[in-house]
Formats: sequence, structure tokens, C-alpha cells
Amino acid sequence: MKIIPISALIGLFFTFLYFFVAIFAPWIAPYGMAEIVGDVWEPSSSAYWLGTDSIGRDLLTRMIYGGRTTIFIATAATILSFTTGATLGFLAAVSGGWIDQVLSRFVDLIMAIPSLIFALVVLSVMPVTIPVLILVMGLLDATRVFRLSRAVAVDINVMDYVEAAKLRGEGLRWIIFREILPNALSPLVAEMGLRFIFMVLFVSTLSFLGLGVQPPQADWGGIVKENKEGIVYGISAALAPAFAIATLAISVNLVADWVLNRTTSLKGGRG
Amino acid sequence: MHPVLTLVAQRLALGILLLFAASALIFVGTQILPGDVAQSILGQSATPESLANLRKELGLNEPALSRYFSWLGNALQGDLGTALTNGRDIAESLGSRLGNTMFLAGTAAVISVPLAIFLGLLAVRYKDRWPDKLISAVTLTSISIPEFLIGYVLMYFISVKLGWFSSVAMINDGMSFFEKLNAIALPVMVLVMVVLAHMMRMTRAAILNVMQSAYIETAELKGLSGFQVIAKHAFPNAISPIVNVVMLNLAYLVVGVVVVEVVFVYPGMGQYLVDHVSKRDVPVVQACGLIFAAVYIGLNMLADIISILANPRLRHPK
Repeated sequence: MKIIPISALIGLFFTFLYFFVAIFAPWIAPYGMAEIVGDVWEPSSSAYWLGTDSIGRDLLTRMIYGGRTTIFIATAATILSFTTGATLGFLAAVSGGWIDQVLSRFVDLIMAIPSLIFALVVLSVMPVTIPVLILVMGLLDATRVFRLSRAVAVDINVMDYVEAAKLRGEGLRWIIFREILPNALSPLVAEMGLRFIFMVLFVSTLSFLGLGVQPPQADWGGIVKENKEGIVYGISAALAPAFAIATLAISVNLVADWVLNRTTSLKGGRG
Repeated sequence: MHPVLTLVAQRLALGILLLFAASALIFVGTQILPGDVAQSILGQSATPESLANLRKELGLNEPALSRYFSWLGNALQGDLGTALTNGRDIAESLGSRLGNTMFLAGTAAVISVPLAIFLGLLAVRYKDRWPDKLISAVTLTSISIPEFLIGYVLMYFISVKLGWFSSVAMINDGMSFFEKLNAIALPVMVLVMVVLAHMMRMTRAAILNVMQSAYIETAELKGLSGFQVIAKHAFPNAISPIVNVVMLNLAYLVVGVVVVEVVFVYPGMGQYLVDHVSKRDVPVVQACGLIFAAVYIGLNMLADIISILANPRLRHPK
């Protein structure tokens, strides 16, 4: 085990910090989530570290609870997109033939429409709740995971040990989960970091457009939406999520880079 | 027929096929969902009469397949239907907004494409030295922030603190070209920053890839000057990846424009779409979705065709 490089350590530290704060939000946040504690847009002070928001709630509290919602939705959507995307991708690579053709062409079709536009189209008729958001985002993003995992699995599928497993009569499930999955794991883990960040950006964008998390529930995109009028008067409350999202995204990227580099040098090639 | 023409014709046919499939998908996305569209538009408190009226207006009593074909047939003739919320003709309201959106995206493209290629070359030239590292760090940061936040950061610092440009980008037909350009300065800046990062990173990778091949080394060893190596040997092979990168990012611009228009209250198609999604105005959403998808597919198809034309190896598929 080599020493972890400093950039990855920083990344790991901040990633864990964000998840820690997200999980223990009710114990860390100084005030209640929707509690009105002060005046409108108070500057930062010892009582309100980041000041207050457009209706007098503590901004730090909103940010902590917002991070909880954003990170929860992004994590759930990432897990959904990886389980569906990777399973179908491996299935397509192993079975080949018409199953592969149908799945691949269908994914091509979905990817032909920008995912934000497609999400907007679907959300125009669906009730906007958190499970629906996770479902829409996860399934739309599964297309990208499908492409990656299919490409990786096609290479692994022609290896001798897979051939051996097929010849000794193992079923499809064994081939996918016991032969292919362990060998495809490293590129998938690195990709998972990138997809997670993409989900954070996606859900923030939807909430900002008013089609994601609904108030009074806090989330990072929603905080921007609630405080955007303040910008014109020189109140920077709406910019707090920018800082949070950027640091989270950069730290996860650093970790993903490290995972990818480590596994590449281990095997002399990607995957 | 010339083999290149055949290939191009194939791509065109494929693109058109894809567009039809995408239109079907957009239609399916709004129609065959759990529950009733009319119910979800009007909400739980709707009376049975108003539900029946809306169903009739949307043609929900007919089978989905015939609704799809009449919608598609009308859309092909330029009739996009009427908006539910205000009863106006959609094609009419979209016309000027589409122009505004194209103006915004076009200006961003004109600035960002040459700049990205130049910065990409610069990063390759000074690979692993400070200009390369600086460019990488800045682009990584701007990729990690969503477009709307870049928009507000710029609005806060440039428009409010420095007072240089207006924080809302209102334009109308009475303004001269330069007044319009001045009004959209901030949104263009945001879009340029967003696509520049992607485009630059991909251009850098594409050129580095070509510069590492053996024939470039041969060209250097036989004593050609640095300029000749790049212009005669590296550039022709880098055209197709670069064109691909540019087209992909122009397609990306189509999506980025939606959010940026909302931030700067710009009267374009993106804002129109987002407004009507929250009002659950299905015909408008379908029409906008179709146009965005068409532009996106069209640009991707163009990227395919140009890279076939630029790369002899793709002209003779095995």
C-alpha cells in the first residue's frame, strides 16, 4: 500500500466532512431548519455565522440542512443509476445479440435528447417529489453508466477465465457478478465520483429552476433561488452554495483521480 | 455514387430517424405516465367537468398513437398547437424567442471556439509548466460549479460590485446590434466560461494525442521547423477530434442556455420552457423539448459528417 498523495488526502477529508455534516445535520445545525430567528438578510455575526436569508432564517443552518437534502438525493440517484446502468451494461455485453442491440440503441436514443430537457419534459407532468426526482435523475444518468460498463465488460468478456466459467456451465448471474463485476470495479468506482458530482449539479439546477426540492425543505439550489433577489443589493447570501458545491465537487474529483491512478498502475491498464 | 456521399447520406438518414424516435420519446414522456395528464395539470381539487373539458381539449379521449401522429404531422407543418395557459399560438410566441436564444448561443460560440482552441494549443505548448497547470486548475473549478451559480457570482462581482454591465439581460427589437451585445455581455460570459472549460480540456487531450504519435517524431527528426510540424502533420489529424469537441460543446450550449436565460431574465426559449414546465403547460413543453432535441441532434449529426469528411480513415469503413 503506497502512501496516499496529499491531494487525495485533502479530497478524502473534505468529502468525509461533507457527508458527516449531512448525516448529523440536526445535531450540528445551530437553529431549526425552518426557524425564523432574525431580520431579513442580516450580515454575518457571532450569532449567525453566515448571516440570515431572505425571510430571516439562519443561513448556516439552511446550508447544513440543504447539504443534507442535496447529498442524500445525489447519493440515492447515483446508486440507482449504477445498479441499473451497470447490470444492464454487463447483461448487454455478456449476452450480445439482439439483447445488446435493443439496449444499446435505446440508450443511444435517450442520450440523443439532452438530459436536462428530458427531465423538464417528464417533470412537467409528474408530481415533483423527492422519490420522483431520484427516479428521473437516476434513470436518465444510467444511460452513461450503461455505456461505460458495457465497454469495460466487452473487453473482460473475451478473457480466458470468463470462457472457462462459461464452459463449466455457470449461469448468467454468476458470469456477471462473480467474473465480470470484480474486474470492472475500478473504472466504475472512479466514474461513480464523477456521476455523483453530476447529480449534485443536476439536482441543484432543477431546484434552482423551481422543479426540484420544494420549500420549506432546504437544498443548495433552492437557497440560491430564495436569495437571488439580494444579489442586486450586494447581498452575497445566494453565493454560499457556490462555494459549498465547488469544494465538494473538487474534493470528490481529487479522490476519483486517485482511485483511477492507483488502480491503473496496479494492473498496467485501465480495468 | 461517391463513397463519401453514401456515408454522408447514411448519417443524414440516421439523424432524421433519430429525430423521429426522439419526438416519440418526448411524446411518451408526457403522455403515458402513471396517472392522468389532465388530473396532474389541474391538481387534486379539480371538478369532474373541468377534467372532462381539459381531456377533450388535449384530445385525451383518442388513442395515444393517433394523437402522436396528429401532433407530429402538425409540428412538421409548423403548427405547434396553442398554449393551455394563455391560449396563444405556440409557434408565434416561439419565433422571436428562438431568434433571441440563437443570438445568445451564437455570440457565446463565436467567442469561445477560437479562444478554446488557442488556449488548448497554449496548454500543449507549455505542457506541465505553469501556464498548463493554471489553465487546468481554472477549468477544473469552473466545471465544478453549476452554470446558474457562475451566473450569480459574475452578477455579484461584475455587475453589482463593479457596476460594469446590467444584471438583467433584457433585449427588444428596437435596440441596435451593439446595444444588444452590451445587454447580453454577462450571460455570454457565463456560457463562454462553461463551454470553454470542457472544450479546452478536450482540445488539449486531442492535440496531445496526435503530437505523441510516431510520425510527428519522424517529422521532427527529419528537421522540419516546429511550425511546419504542427501545420502540415499534426493539424490535419487533429481536425476531426477538434471539430467533434466543438460540436459537442455547441450542443452542450443549447442546454446551458436554458439555465442562464432564467438567471438573467433573458426573453429566450429556455425561460419560456421553464416557465411553462412549472405551469404544467404540456403542449408548450413538448414543442420546446422537440426544438431543443432537434438542434442537439442536428449538431451531433453535423459533427459526425464533418469528422467523416476530415478523416480519410473513416471514409473507408472496414
